[in-house]
Amino acid sequence: MRDLLKEIYESIRRNKLRTVLTGLAVSWGIFMLIVLLGAKNGIQNTSSNNMEGIVSNVMEIYSGYTSKPYAGFKQGRYIPIKDSDVLTTESNIFEDHIDDVIPLLSQSSLTMAYGKKHFSITMVGTTEDYARIEKLEILAGRFLNANDIKEKKKVAVIAHSHAKNFLYGDTDYDKLIGKKIKINNLIFTIVGVRHGRENEDDQDLYIPYSTLKAVFARNDEIDYLNFTFHGLETEEENEAFEAYYRSVLNKKHNAAPDDKRALGIYNYFTRNMQMNKGNRILNTALWIVGLFTLLGGIVGVSNIMLITVKERTHEFGIRKAIGAKPADITKLIIAESVAVTAVFGYIGMICGMLACEVMDATLGSSSLELFGESIQIMSNPSVGVDTAIGVTIVLIVAGTLAGLIPARKAAKVRPIEALSVN
Amino acid sequence: MLLELHDINKTYFSGQPLHVLKGINLSIDTGEFVSIMGSSGSGKSTLLNILGILDNYDTGEYYIDGKLIKNLSERQAADYRNRTIGFIFQSFNLIGFKTAVENVELPLFYQGVPRKKRHELALEYLDKMGIRDWAQHYPNEMSGGQKQRVAIARALITHPRIILADEPTGALDSKTSNEVMELLKELNREEKVTMIIVTHDPKVAEQTDRKIHISDGIIANG
Repeated sequence: MRDLLKEIYESIRRNKLRTVLTGLAVSWGIFMLIVLLGAKNGIQNTSSNNMEGIVSNVMEIYSGYTSKPYAGFKQGRYIPIKDSDVLTTESNIFEDHIDDVIPLLSQSSLTMAYGKKHFSITMVGTTEDYARIEKLEILAGRFLNANDIKEKKKVAVIAHSHAKNFLYGDTDYDKLIGKKIKINNLIFTIVGVRHGRENEDDQDLYIPYSTLKAVFARNDEIDYLNFTFHGLETEEENEAFEAYYRSVLNKKHNAAPDDKRALGIYNYFTRNMQMNKGNRILNTALWIVGLFTLLGGIVGVSNIMLITVKERTHEFGIRKAIGAKPADITKLIIAESVAVTAVFGYIGMICGMLACEVMDATLGSSSLELFGESIQIMSNPSVGVDTAIGVTIVLIVAGTLAGLIPARKAAKVRPIEALSVN
Repeated sequence: MLLELHDINKTYFSGQPLHVLKGINLSIDTGEFVSIMGSSGSGKSTLLNILGILDNYDTGEYYIDGKLIKNLSERQAADYRNRTIGFIFQSFNLIGFKTAVENVELPLFYQGVPRKKRHELALEYLDKMGIRDWAQHYPNEMSGGQKQRVAIARALITHPRIILADEPTGALDSKTSNEVMELLKELNREEKVTMIIVTHDPKVAEQTDRKIHISDGIIANG
């Protein structure tokens, strides 16, 4: 090994300039690959940040308007979600797939008061399972429980931004547990403090669904209906289930069973699946672009190695005359090719990683105002150890490929060349 | 017999076919000190290439130590060249970016001898050639005579049975030529190395024990 490294060093030392120039093409190729992958990771991190906090096997049902006449009714009729739909969804018709059914009801423009503090808030009535599907982070106390729902208790889970305000900046939220707050003219007990979700002005107050219904004297309509499900692995299975579910509920509302507008279904699971598919395609496309850029560098290395072999023909003749086997010569050329590719490739990789850091420091912290919402462009655009390992393998393979043709040529040098006077 | 050639023929097919060797018959015994003489174009270089397994022949038989040397794989040929034959060239053929001692080590490197051992052996052989002080010098820092001594050390280091020398004094002045010839004679006498010298210089041939004249592809005497 030491002998081989020495040979490589001696060979490169004799041709510094052209080795560097050729190597830079490889550096550039790897640099592009890393930067592209880093940028892609940044974009993907952002999109997954934006939809963070939702368990993926959830469907959301929302109200809509019929898009076709059915059973004597005109099209364009409003279809609300009702308590009866919750019961239907919970019933044993769907028990093969549906697990938890979570109704959601909101009441906005309320005033919350604690001591001298007043806030305008929106109250959301739901069940104990909501914290799990929304991945709510409870900072103190607890979330709603089944008993709260059953007994229609006047308990509330508040957002940490409010809690902090109540405590004048203190973050020891436990102090608030058990304290009373006044909402309009009703007294609620704080049972928990939750963390507001990122990228949202999320300060909603959570109370039991049954309580909200009772205290605000709501009718039998609810705003959203969420449910978790299992056993639907493919897009086809999901679509089939959605169609079946839709037909059952639509019939109860006297809407056409195949009317997709009457009640809306939003499936987080298939959306996730489609996004992953999109990410995979993007990933493949970037690797291909990067690898083709790298290919340019590799062809350069291969070319320069061919020139080296031509220059060293006499030397290889001598080596063969004194006993070098073809494999000895092949090894020499391939090792040099891999060494040049690897060294310059790593330089490119390090530069690429630095560029990713720069991207993170600049683009990563900025966000774009779009439709009144702030959207982060990139979040942590960097490449991981797995990419570094992947690049190493790519470099070794690439270096070997670059050296293959020159090495074959070198191995074919006849020992007679030793006798030709140069 | 160490070397035996029976009816060796060789034709080159580059453009017009050229029948270079037209049935060479030759035997050389262990320890002989032989010169092969001939004018340019006589086929003596081709004969040397075949003797040194640097090139193939078309028909006939070539035995080294009773073993037929024909249709060898590249590996086998390399092995023979490495262990059985030592080459000395007119233009020395040292590798320019390697020091004297590294050049001498090279055949042992291809045998897989560990670094330390081959380094010691190479120094020993340079010492024998009287140029140990030049071990760390590159070929372009040495005189022709010194370079040829390095080349001889490199040829000898594997203890070959045969030394093939192609115009070993061709690039040297007469004084250095004599020194190199004395060295080769001494090696032949003391180490019993079979020495085959290809030359067109009668003065060199005079110093060998047996002169083989080749002319127009056949052996004229021998």
